[in-house]
Amino acid sequence: MKSANVASFAPGESLALRCAGLQRYLGEGEGRVHVLKGVSFEARPGQVYAIVGPSGCGKSTLLYLLGLLDQPDGGTIEINGRMMSNSDDHARTAARGAHIGFVFQFHFLMLEFSALDNVMMPMRKLARLTPAEMTARAHALLGSVGLGEKTHRLGTQLSGGEQQRVAVARALANQPSIILADEPTGNLDVKNSGMVFDLLTRLAKENGQAVILVTHNPEIAQRCDVTRPMRDGLFV
Amino acid sequence: MSPNFRIAFRFLTAKKRAMLMSLSCTVLGVGLFIVTQATTSGFEKFFIKTILGTDGAIRIEDRKQDTMRSMGVSGGDSFQVSAREGVKYIEGVDEPREISEAVTKFADVHGVSAVVRGNVQLTSAFKTEDAQVLGVDLDAHLLVSDVAHQIMAGNLNDFRTSPSAVLIGSVLAERLQLSVGDSFTINAHGESRRYHVAAIYETGKRDIDKTRVYLDLVEARSLLRKPSGVSFIQVNLVDPNRARALATHMEEVLNYSVRPWQEREKDWLAVFRALRISSAITVTVFTVIASLAMFNTLMMIVLEKTKDIAILRSMGYERRDITQIFLWQAGIVLAIGAALGALFGLGVTWAVEQVPLPINGLFKTEHFIVTYDPWHYVQAIGTAVVMVMIASLVPARRAARLEPGDIVRGTAQ
Repeated sequence: MKSANVASFAPGESLALRCAGLQRYLGEGEGRVHVLKGVSFEARPGQVYAIVGPSGCGKSTLLYLLGLLDQPDGGTIEINGRMMSNSDDHARTAARGAHIGFVFQFHFLMLEFSALDNVMMPMRKLARLTPAEMTARAHALLGSVGLGEKTHRLGTQLSGGEQQRVAVARALANQPSIILADEPTGNLDVKNSGMVFDLLTRLAKENGQAVILVTHNPEIAQRCDVTRPMRDGLFV
Repeated sequence: MSPNFRIAFRFLTAKKRAMLMSLSCTVLGVGLFIVTQATTSGFEKFFIKTILGTDGAIRIEDRKQDTMRSMGVSGGDSFQVSAREGVKYIEGVDEPREISEAVTKFADVHGVSAVVRGNVQLTSAFKTEDAQVLGVDLDAHLLVSDVAHQIMAGNLNDFRTSPSAVLIGSVLAERLQLSVGDSFTINAHGESRRYHVAAIYETGKRDIDKTRVYLDLVEARSLLRKPSGVSFIQVNLVDPNRARALATHMEEVLNYSVRPWQEREKDWLAVFRALRISSAITVTVFTVIASLAMFNTLMMIVLEKTKDIAILRSMGYERRDITQIFLWQAGIVLAIGAALGALFGLGVTWAVEQVPLPINGLFKTEHFIVTYDPWHYVQAIGTAVVMVMIASLVPARRAARLEPGDIVRGTAQ
């Protein structure tokens, strides 16, 4: 039986991400909660998706499953056409490094490292570029988020908005096909919110990347290509 | 520089105080291990050097004679059953020349000296003391002892040229109030002969220095009325550590009682061994403390860096990368700690060596005796590496087991 939450797509059309019937329980014993109740979703390159909904409806849980940070209790996830939901930790980690970029609500920079180091860190792990190419790309990315003059500042020496811009640059470092953002503007003022969202969507569209963001901000959600409201573990 | 090493270094330098605590514990552990081993084995080695320099590596003393129990059966063709019941020892070496020649054919033998020994009384103008005469051929004996380096006063030339010249132990000379050139009498077998002091030696072993007198071998034979044979043959080896194996071989071939220095001095060597083990246990405690400090530091970093671990995992860093990052931190502390600890150990060992500590009896020294043995440094660093790395495995594995989803979810809430 096809769920009402399964979005249709044309056969042969390339998808950056696809999930079907995702189930997830959290907690144990009597506190066990059925957070995701069979969610299906797909994302195309160059599109920006907003997942909205009240707190506790399962938005972030869905995002972590799509980002392969967590494992579903049921359902499937495909990244660039490759089934990942049953893959081992090694394959999921490799897929995260090569195909997925994360932007978290609390920017999650590694504060002992400079902005440049933070952006270079995923590139160093993937090791597709030479050190000189990595440095050049990191400089270019930081320049594109308006931090070209602050590349050597430590995370602690940057404002909240600047830290989140570094996080955007870091998410784009390995040119992933999917950007997952969990409340990327949730901790920023209006001015910085707009700036970070614009940067994220502009750079992603330029590079043909699918952006899936979880947000409570209706203005941000309105500006996305697709908005998917969630309630009680299902898309409405 | 690998990305994991770079991250490890930054994590570590961000926790300077904890890192310095672990580092200083490692430095202390490695350094004190080196110092205690240097001092304990220093005294032991010096004791061994002393006994090798006085009594040689091997002594061939008594001829062995098997005793047989026989049972005869009469009637018809007689036959006899023999069973070895025990070994009888006949004092002295009857054929010293043949035995010495045979011994020199063994590999590793550096020198052989046949010695005649006898108990005598020495009488000076002031006092009479019991003593033990050793009759030696000087040139042969110089190859099996350190007597040339033990001379405190006088020289060996007089001893070499004059049959009435003796070498006398320092304590005995002091008791008889004898100096170089002084004359005295030796009483043996009811006969008194006059001799003079050619030189006074000091081995550091008090029981030798207060009794032993060296005489020319021919003169000693005459004095002690031992015209043939010798009391024992003293053997020196290029590698004294081979004494036990060689002694066993010689005993089988020569059919004489052959005693290596390890057997002769086994009581004192057991004491030194016990001391060495005791001090090793003590210093191992320091190394355990160092590993606990490292464990504590890394656990602290794991707890504080869970968010960073989640970031790294989200960027494609694998569990083994996380393990490596934490093991690298232990490795960095170990590398610096081992280098500084070795220098610290070297410096303290040198300082201890300068401490005045007059000892006379078992051996003679005026200050602490230490030994600079690279093996001690290898042992100290090896112990620290094993302990610290074992202690680091727990936090490293714990960090690697963290689920990024759990961390991010926990922080986001």
